[in-house]
Amino acid sequence: MKPAAESVALRAPSPWQRLWSNAVSRLCLLAILLYTLAALWGEGVYRYYRGTLLPGCPALTWAPERQAPYNELHMESRYVPPLTRVTWPESTLPDGTRLPPRTHRYWLGSDNLGRDVLQRLIQGARIAFHVGIMTSLIAIPLGVLLGCLGGYFGGKIDSAVVWLCATVSAMPGLLFILAIALIAGKGLFGIYLGIGLTTWVSVCRNLRAEVLKHRSRAYVQAARVLGYSHARILFRHILPNVMHIVLISFSIRFPASVATEVFISFLGIGVQGEPSWGIMINNARVRLWQGIWWELTFVSLAIFLLVFIFNRLADDLRDLFDPALRNR
Amino acid sequence: MTRYILRRLLEMLPTTFGVLVLSFILFYVVGGSPAQTMLGQHATQQAIAAFDEANGYDLPLFFGRWAKVDGVQRASDGGTDLAFALHAGTYALPGAAVVELRQVEGSTLRRVTGQQEVEVPEGWQAVSAKGVEAVRRKLRHPFESQFVLYLRSLARLDLGMSIETKQPVAHVLAQGLLPTLSLSVPILLFGAASGVLLGLLCAAKQGGVWDRGVLGFSTLLMSINYVVWILLGQFLLGFRWPLFPLWGYESAYYLVLPVIIGVVSSLGSDVRFYRAVMLDEIYKPYVRTALAKGISRRRILFGHVLRNSLIPVVTYISLSIPYLFTGSLLLESFFGIPGLGSVSINAINSADLSVVRAVVIFGALIYQLVNLLTDLAYGWLDPRVRLAV
Repeated sequence: MKPAAESVALRAPSPWQRLWSNAVSRLCLLAILLYTLAALWGEGVYRYYRGTLLPGCPALTWAPERQAPYNELHMESRYVPPLTRVTWPESTLPDGTRLPPRTHRYWLGSDNLGRDVLQRLIQGARIAFHVGIMTSLIAIPLGVLLGCLGGYFGGKIDSAVVWLCATVSAMPGLLFILAIALIAGKGLFGIYLGIGLTTWVSVCRNLRAEVLKHRSRAYVQAARVLGYSHARILFRHILPNVMHIVLISFSIRFPASVATEVFISFLGIGVQGEPSWGIMINNARVRLWQGIWWELTFVSLAIFLLVFIFNRLADDLRDLFDPALRNR
Repeated sequence: MTRYILRRLLEMLPTTFGVLVLSFILFYVVGGSPAQTMLGQHATQQAIAAFDEANGYDLPLFFGRWAKVDGVQRASDGGTDLAFALHAGTYALPGAAVVELRQVEGSTLRRVTGQQEVEVPEGWQAVSAKGVEAVRRKLRHPFESQFVLYLRSLARLDLGMSIETKQPVAHVLAQGLLPTLSLSVPILLFGAASGVLLGLLCAAKQGGVWDRGVLGFSTLLMSINYVVWILLGQFLLGFRWPLFPLWGYESAYYLVLPVIIGVVSSLGSDVRFYRAVMLDEIYKPYVRTALAKGISRRRILFGHVLRNSLIPVVTYISLSIPYLFTGSLLLESFFGIPGLGSVSINAINSADLSVVRAVVIFGALIYQLVNLLTDLAYGWLDPRVRLAV
C-alpha cells in the first residue's frame, strides 16, 4: 500500500464527511439548500425584476418599484383551491404596460384577494432568512466576544460578563423583545434588534464554559510561554477550537429566531406591506373556519419544516462535535 | 439554613439592580420622553415643560446639577426669549443679559443684569430674558435624577398611569394576576408531571422502540409554532368538535383547552430534557446496587432515580417559568382570559409604554424571586448543597 493511501485510510472522517454520510442529515442539508434558493428567489426575482417569468410577458428588467407578483391582486380568482389553473383577462399595469390574457396555475391556491399562496410563501422565506441571519449576526458576535473575554480572562471581567448574562436573561423573553421592537419602531429592524439583543446570552454562556476548559490546556500555556499577546491566543488559538459551539448555536438560534419572528409579525409588530409567514398565518386563521384550509396548512407546513430541519441538524451537529452531550 | 438564605438574598441584589438599570435604559434613555404622545401633537411648549417637570422627565438621567428646560422660543424682534414664565428656583440662562422678574400677585417689576445664575425668589416669576440661548434649572442635589426618581416610584409601587385604560398600572397588573396564575399554574404542574413521566419512561427503555418513537415525536412537537398550536387547538377542539368553549373566563372549564395547548406545546422540549437528565442518573452505581438487591424497577425509577435527579428537574422548571409567561401572552389574548398576557398584548398594540414597562419589570422581578425560591429548594432537596455553604 502506498504511504499516502495508508494515511488517508487511517485518518478518521472529518465531522463534515460524517454529517454528509448520514442520510437524514444529508436530506436536511438539501432541504435547507432548497429553502435558501426560495429565499434568494424572493430576494432577487421578486424584488428587482418586472414580469412574472411566464411566456408572453415583458422581458425581465430592473424595477424595484413594480408591484411584486406576491402582492398582485386578482379579484376574479379569490379562494382558488390548490393546483387550479385560471386564465386572467387582459389587463393594464399602472405604468401603462398592457398584459395579454395569461393562464396561471395556483399550485398552493390563492387567498382572499386572489394572491398566490406559493409566491407569498417564497417571499416569506426571504423574510425568515433575513431574520434568522441578521439576528445571528447580532447575537453570535456579541455572545462570542463576551463569552471569550469572560472565559479567558476570568476575575472581574468574568464577573461582569456573568452579571450581564444574568441580567438580560432575567428579562421576560418575548415581552422584552416586543418592547425593544416597539421602541425601535415597527418593521424588520426592530425585530432584528429585539431578538439579537436578547438571545446572545445562551451563545455567551456556552462559549464561556468551553473557553474556560481550554484556558488551562497545554497549547494555551505554550502560546503564553512563547509570549503571544492575549488577543492572539484568544482569537487565533482558542477560538478555532471552540468554533463548533458557534456552529451549534447558529443551528439552534436560526429556527428559534424564525419562530419568534412569526410570533411577532403575527401580532402585527413586524414587517409591513410584505407577506411574512406570521402575517400570512394571521390572515389565514379567520378563513380556516370557512373551509379555506390551504392557506394556513401550507404556511404552517413551511414554518414547521424549516424549524424541524434545523432542529434535526442541530441534534446531529451536537452529536458529531460534542459527543458528551449525545443524550441531550 | 438562615446563612444560606441570607447569602442567596445578597447574591440576588446585583442582578436585580441590573434589571432595574436595563429597564430604565430601555424605557427612559432609548424610549425618550412620552410628553408628546401623552399630550398630543398640538401641545404648547409650556404644557410639555410642565408635564416633563411634573413627571421628572426634565431631570438628568443618572446624576447632574441641572435640569434641562425646553423654554426658549424665537422672539418677534428676531432674537430669542423665554417661551413661558419661570417659577421660583435658581436658573442658568446663558446668553441672557437682562432678565425681568415680576411678582406673581401685583405687577412689581425687577430687572436683573449681568448674571450667569438667576435666582427667582418665592412669589416671583421670570417673565422675559432677551437673547437667552438655553434654560437650565438648578437641582437641589446632584442625585435628583430620573433614575433615582424611577427607583423611588418603584419602591412606592407607583407604576404610573395606563394611557389606554386611564387606570393606575399597578391596579391593572393586580387585576390580571389571578387569571394569569389560574392559567399558568395548571400548565406548569401538568406539563412538569407529564414531561417527567415520559422522560423517565424513555430513559428506562433507552434505545427501544418506545424511546426512539417518543424522542422523534418530541422533536416534531417542538418544531410546531406556538401560534399554530393555538389555531389548531381552537379549530379542532373548539370548532370542528366543539368540546370546549373558545372565548371567556367564567369557569374552570374555560381553562381546559388553553391548558391542554400550553402543556402540549412545551412537551417536546421538556421530554427531551427530562430524558437526558434521567439518563445521566440511571447508569450510576447506586441504581445497579438497588437492582442487585432486588428492589422493583418501579421503585428504583420513582423512588431513587427521580429523587436524585430532582435538582436539574427543579432548575428546568424554574427556568421555564418565564416562558410560561410568554406563552400566556398569546393563549390569553386568543381565549379572552383577562390576565397579564392579554393586558400586555393590548398595551403593545396601543403603544401603552407604561404598562409594557411595568409588565417587563414585574416579570423580571418574578424571575428573580423564582430563582431565589429555586436556590432555597436546592438546599431543601439536597443536603449536600446546604452543607457546602
